[in-house]
Amino acid sequence: MKMSGAQIVCESLLREGVELVFGIPGGTILPLYQTMVDYPQIRHILVRHEQGAAMAADGYARATGRVGVCMATSGPGATNLVTGIANAQMDSVPLVAITGQVSRAGIGKDAFQETDVTGITLPITKHNYLVMKAEDLASVMKEAFYIASTGRPGPVLIDIPRDVFTEVAEFEYPETADLPGYKPVLEGHPSQIKKAAKLINEAQKPLILAGHGVIISWAYAELMELAEKAQIPVITTLLGRSSFPNDHVLFVGMPGMHGVAYASLALDEADLIIGLGMRFDDRITGKISAFASRAKVIHVDIDPAEIDKNVRTHVPIVGDVARVLRQLNRLVESAPHPEWLDRIEELKREHPSLHIRETDRLLPQAVIRDLCEATQGKAVIVTGVGQHQMWAAQHYSFRDKEANTFITSGGLGSMGYEVPAAMGAQLGRPDKVVWAVCGDGGFQMTMSELATIVENDIPVKFAIFNNNYLGMVRQWQELFYNKTYFATHRTRNPDFVKLAEAFGMPGLRVTEPGQSMSAIREAMAHPGPVLIDFLVEEEENLYPMIPSGQTTAELMEYPVAKEVRP
Amino acid sequence: MALVQDKPGVLNRVASMFRRRGFNISSLAVGHSETQGLSRMTFVVEGDEYTVEQVTKQLYKLIDVVKVSDISKEDVVLRELALIKVRTTPSTRPEVLQLVEIFRSNVVDVSPDSVIIEVTGDEDKVDSLLRILKPFGVREVMRTGRVGLMRGMVKSLAMDDPGRASKPG
Repeated sequence: MKMSGAQIVCESLLREGVELVFGIPGGTILPLYQTMVDYPQIRHILVRHEQGAAMAADGYARATGRVGVCMATSGPGATNLVTGIANAQMDSVPLVAITGQVSRAGIGKDAFQETDVTGITLPITKHNYLVMKAEDLASVMKEAFYIASTGRPGPVLIDIPRDVFTEVAEFEYPETADLPGYKPVLEGHPSQIKKAAKLINEAQKPLILAGHGVIISWAYAELMELAEKAQIPVITTLLGRSSFPNDHVLFVGMPGMHGVAYASLALDEADLIIGLGMRFDDRITGKISAFASRAKVIHVDIDPAEIDKNVRTHVPIVGDVARVLRQLNRLVESAPHPEWLDRIEELKREHPSLHIRETDRLLPQAVIRDLCEATQGKAVIVTGVGQHQMWAAQHYSFRDKEANTFITSGGLGSMGYEVPAAMGAQLGRPDKVVWAVCGDGGFQMTMSELATIVENDIPVKFAIFNNNYLGMVRQWQELFYNKTYFATHRTRNPDFVKLAEAFGMPGLRVTEPGQSMSAIREAMAHPGPVLIDFLVEEEENLYPMIPSGQTTAELMEYPVAKEVRP
Repeated sequence: MALVQDKPGVLNRVASMFRRRGFNISSLAVGHSETQGLSRMTFVVEGDEYTVEQVTKQLYKLIDVVKVSDISKEDVVLRELALIKVRTTPSTRPEVLQLVEIFRSNVVDVSPDSVIIEVTGDEDKVDSLLRILKPFGVREVMRTGRVGLMRGMVKSLAMDDPGRASKPG
């Protein structure tokens, strides 16, 4: 059947089951937009900035496990997507970005709104395409969705010149993607599985380090089976926070730079680390040579390039975490490990990292606890980057058994992620309560999306942890630069309550601990979006902390200086 | 050595990956392979075993890369071609031509004050010829970088270690 390039794109989106796209139109992508009028099955959310489109699609993808789709025009539209695309690349999020490009004759001539977007996004996409013929569009769309959603997921960008959208070609959607150079390995190699099972069965102090891959491959039940069968305590990475129910007796916590001390110390004492769907990031390992020095390492990941990249592995297994765990669970024997579990409990008692001090000030940690209590640990928490992100990771107890309920910019660490990502997550999971946990800094980077949220009546609840500082940077200035607070203090933040009202949503302000819970409950009782401005303790520091590239010997456990502050 | 799909931008993807990950390539040669739609790339990478393993895996991550093999420890034929423009005078020309003969290379152009020599061989041979021609005045040099093939029938280009093997996701 003959169709225009724009129709081919829309038909392909339908065949990939796309129901929702985020974007902003412009000159070169206009032929696609004008064609989308005929496809009401595909809902288009008009964002206020293209970064919001990419990050909303990312939040949608993480919350649903489906491919997120964003669109932008050529030039500035496409370059505005870049931070969102890089974010999806770092955190393995399936994303398809469709950008308009100047007409074929204009490419390379510095035409109006021309940028080399495939060149720009080459190192921050899993793959990208510049489609020069309408007849190639169907197979490119097929490949893009296949590449984005399989193996280690990631973003794929498709750049389409304006006159390719209008060119007519025969449309036939391919059944499969023809990619001789792309064959993700899903099953673990049997001999490696045997070796891993042997190590697990012999271990006295095994420890599971669960990452984002557990969530991506939906390996919740398999992880639970392994942990319970062999009584192995579970620690998680930042992106793996909701991979294992936090109220489970085998749950320990998150180790690393701002992890709980007992999880980091458990890594030091373990004799076997079972890394599942994670990549031994520097925020987890600290100084590589001292990392888990007593332990052998089993590393399960679908991306062979992660094996031995940071940490030398004793038994590497390339494969999909859920499938590998199913293979492994058949060979792993039941074991009680009572001494090791007692030791973990002892570490927890000796190092109460999550203790919150008594005070009449509004502490951000306590607000996170209130959020957790009000939502029974089952909300989708979407955060920005900084102190509030780590407090959320530490103090929110994620109890949902099978859902990605902690959505955060991990690898890229992109402030402002929370606003659009929460919007995308809520659209993907209308059945869930979604809280955007925001810093006052990051919020101001993407707050224009409040307009999108109100316009589409997306009931995200916003909690701004407002300390009038770029808090994490201020903390580093305090600890490592002798309290030289340069360029971190904001003396004139906007009035966020009035701002919310200006956007057309209610705003609440909380200044004392006693008001926190009632404000949270009030926000949740309201059917639409609500913003709460929490004026939290300004110079509160985040602990525990292991300074960058160091070891548990340098672990700073408690807020020492704070207690003597006037 | 890598087999890659012959698609626009594939050289850019490979080169960009080397730059981004901080791997040093001392030479890179690309050309069509025996199979239509596939190109063969030969690159020389400086580094230890860990580096070579990382390069291999990162190459495999590129969608257009079909096969990668480390041929440095294999029984392989490696060749490089160089064009060398040397200054000559009537008095030095015979000596230069004699060296061309000894190195089994060819003179492909003669001008009143220079000749262009085409030499093929392993890197050492090209280096030696260049060294020996230097006193005459080497004006310009163009080297292709090494290209290579394994001797005999190739069993498999894939890596052997089951845990670390094969295409990534």
